Amino acid sequence: MPARLRLAAQVSAVGVVSALLGLLVWSVATEGRSKVPQRLEGRTLAAPDFELARIDRPGTLSLVSLRGKVVVVNFWASWCKPCKEEAPFLERTWQRYRSQGLVVLGVDYNDVDRDARGFARRYGMTYPLVRDRRGTVLVNDYGGTGVPETFFVDRKGKLVGDRIRGPVDDGEFRKRFDRYLRLALRS
Amino acid sequence: MRLAAALLLGALALAAPAGASEERPTLAELETELYCPTCASPLDQSDAPIAQRMKAYVSDLIAEGRTKGEIKEEMVAQFGERVLAAPPRRGFNLLAWVLPFAGLLVGGGAVGFAAWRWSRGREDDAPPEGAADPALNGRSRLDPELDRRLDEALARYDD
Repeated sequence: MPARLRLAAQVSAVGVVSALLGLLVWSVATEGRSKVPQRLEGRTLAAPDFELARIDRPGTLSLVSLRGKVVVVNFWASWCKPCKEEAPFLERTWQRYRSQGLVVLGVDYNDVDRDARGFARRYGMTYPLVRDRRGTVLVNDYGGTGVPETFFVDRKGKLVGDRIRGPVDDGEFRKRFDRYLRLALRS
Repeated sequence: MRLAAALLLGALALAAPAGASEERPTLAELETELYCPTCASPLDQSDAPIAQRMKAYVSDLIAEGRTKGEIKEEMVAQFGERVLAAPPRRGFNLLAWVLPFAGLLVGGGAVGFAAWRWSRGREDDAPPEGAADPALNGRSRLDPELDRRLDEALARYDD
């Protein structure tokens, strides 16, 4: 093999191996890293925006379109048992505080359309509902690990308080829910 | 003629179950071809609530008379392509099917080429026929410089 050809082959091989190694390092370094850290308290962070298809009506809804309102972002699924427990409580919260500029935004995660609609009907959910069809908003953007999980966004679009992993109507979660909601409404 | 008929019959025998599977899929086979999106395992190996719901949904679709392709399309529409155990053979995903074979071909070619060069190199290095020195007893000849230095050292040793 001519020396030039051999050199070109060697350079190509080193280039390919380096690229693959770089890809591996990048993948390991960014894996599981979301825009929202696991613990939020004490930090001021903009809530990652998203625009998702609505379940309750045609069209899409984006988080940024709700700027100026307090938004309780609740990730749920029809197959999730704790979500059944908290859904009526979230509906009551929305009805009670909507005149003060509160919106409960239900984000359905990894679900079947007709199951999600049936769930919303069964539990009388009248607040806006959208679908995180691929689960990327909850997992990649918000660093969520499952449902239910709830976040609080103030009128300026900043995250308030901390994430709540669990049914928000229950015990300690309920106390935190009330505290974070008050913080958000005061903003 | 007989051989062609036998081949045709064989092909038909293989194609018939595949066609039946496409037209009338079973839950058991679809459970191995669909993934639970939250547990990263096939549906048949998962009892997570979402997996149970997906199995029930697939059963409903089978009962509706949907084909395997239609059911997979519906599951992709609901959950995205990550629910497919094997990536679809189109677009960028085609790389996942082609690259392993391409890698095998290139790797096999490289090994074959290296082996061919190595064997040729050995032939080229071999001394011409009839030139073998019986005194070497099958060993290769020493570098002349090394040979000279060895002779000097031996001479000093003899002294």
